[in-house]
Amino acid sequence: MTLAVRLRKRLTPHFAVDLEFTASAGVTILFGASGSGKTTVLRCVAGLLRADEGRVAIGDLVVFDAAAAIDVPASKRGFGFVFQDLALFPHLTAQENIAYGLSALPPHERNTRVAKIASAFRLESVMLRRPAEISGGQRQRVGLARSLVTDPRVLLLDEPLAALDHDTQSRIIEDLRAWNAARRIPILYVTHSQREVFALGDRVIALHEGTVTADGAPEAVMNAPATDAMASLAGFENVFDAVVHQRLESAGVMRSRIDGTAVDLELPLGFAREGTIIRVAIRAGDILIATEPPRGLSARNVMPGRIVALVTERAQVKLTVDVGIEMHVQITPTARDTLGLRVGETVWVILKTHSCRVVSAR
Amino acid sequence: MDWTAILLTLKLATIVCAILMALALPIAYWLAFSQWRWKFLVESIVALPLVLPPTVLGFYVLVALGARSPIGRLWIEWTGHPLAFTFEALVIASILYSLPFAVQPLASSFALVDRTLLDASATLGVNRLRTFARVVLPLSIPGVLAAAVLSFAHTVGEFGVVLMVGGNLPGITRTVSISIYDDVQGLNFASANQTALALLIFSFCVLAVVYSLIRRPWSVAAIS
Repeated sequence: MTLAVRLRKRLTPHFAVDLEFTASAGVTILFGASGSGKTTVLRCVAGLLRADEGRVAIGDLVVFDAAAAIDVPASKRGFGFVFQDLALFPHLTAQENIAYGLSALPPHERNTRVAKIASAFRLESVMLRRPAEISGGQRQRVGLARSLVTDPRVLLLDEPLAALDHDTQSRIIEDLRAWNAARRIPILYVTHSQREVFALGDRVIALHEGTVTADGAPEAVMNAPATDAMASLAGFENVFDAVVHQRLESAGVMRSRIDGTAVDLELPLGFAREGTIIRVAIRAGDILIATEPPRGLSARNVMPGRIVALVTERAQVKLTVDVGIEMHVQITPTARDTLGLRVGETVWVILKTHSCRVVSAR
Repeated sequence: MDWTAILLTLKLATIVCAILMALALPIAYWLAFSQWRWKFLVESIVALPLVLPPTVLGFYVLVALGARSPIGRLWIEWTGHPLAFTFEALVIASILYSLPFAVQPLASSFALVDRTLLDASATLGVNRLRTFARVVLPLSIPGVLAAAVLSFAHTVGEFGVVLMVGGNLPGITRTVSISIYDDVQGLNFASANQTALALLIFSFCVLAVVYSLIRRPWSVAAIS
């Protein structure tokens, strides 16, 4: 069953969500910065917010069609929704929360289904407690179980794991994957965390200012960010402008100069013409450091610079090197000690051509 | 002590309180959740008895229920006797007079219920009426109790409206406050004193109950 979504919803005079996508069975991630319109998309699909124009259908079942004046209320769509703050009913126990959407079933069947999902989500021990009396991870599981027990046609998740630690996130993600392996429904999962994108997604749709900017496999979308906002979300610590001054079509590269400096940079060949300003994004972890001018190296970009800051955070060392612009570099504590790196020292920054992503051409 | 008046007052307050709760629940729900731009007009009408002198309210009710009014004529057709200066007239007047005391605590507790809970209920396939019964109402129990207690107590304590609409007929419309007034007029201070003291203690107990209920049993803030 495929979820087909086409929406246009004006939220303010200057901001509108305007997009179209389909999602087949499995997890589709809606990825974007806050304010990109992710939650609005989810609420329109669920029927909690009425889109100005568009159409939402699951298989042959049309639940919203502005042109045909079809607008099935949220309570009749059969779309599960897990809210960012979970919205568990505070006066009901975990068991009553999970059984909430099953009141139309006979008690025997209701109890069987609740017990089954409680065991799938490892909730047996907390079923008689209220939400305020259980841990954050358990509340999350209750929220998921409450939506899934109703056998929804589509599952919509609005940053459901944002408040949890990584271990708990991973375990819940595993349980969700296992659950969906049997049912194969479309799951739309909203997040701004790149970790969740790689852990969960079969496919990522990147949103920026209400429109789709990229759509594809997690690796493809995350490694080729289309906008500044995406680059910083996708973990590109270095984002700066450069001017293209030579295209070498046969070599598949183009030469550019970092804006406002005399530093040249070789980039993968893109659509940018000579003379245009492009935006370049580089991950801090993709940059190498040498304490002597390197020789016999395949990497095409080698720039001398001076260390201006050196900060150790947990098991990572973050260097800031001034090469004309400030370049953020991430290395291990062992590398720092072996190379004897200190602030003020001269080093060489080494960059492979294909570690430099062209985010946008102006 | 005027036991007839006390029993009559309790009977009046119980009936008024029951009718008011049935009436105020939908009004308060609408006030809390409607997005109609002219809603404030309805809010103002509901709150009118808070600022109107009881005699003004009583006067209009008396005119509206009189033998020459459509309501009064209809009543005579049905029952064979006029509506003014009867217990029924007192019930109608008291409902109008205490309406804001029932509606406002309900509306404010409904408005405090987290809207995402209503969205969650909708996505779980539950319609608005059942969501009201299963989520809004249980989370508003302190407000419901406060509304019931306040409308009961306010009916017990009314004077001006009762005098205008019901007069002073022992066993029919003479309530506690009128009985006290009557005692004082007749220089019967001992009886006035006893009834007044009973009313004072009752009022204090009611307020103590209301204030203890304002503390909510489930701390919603504890759920992150």
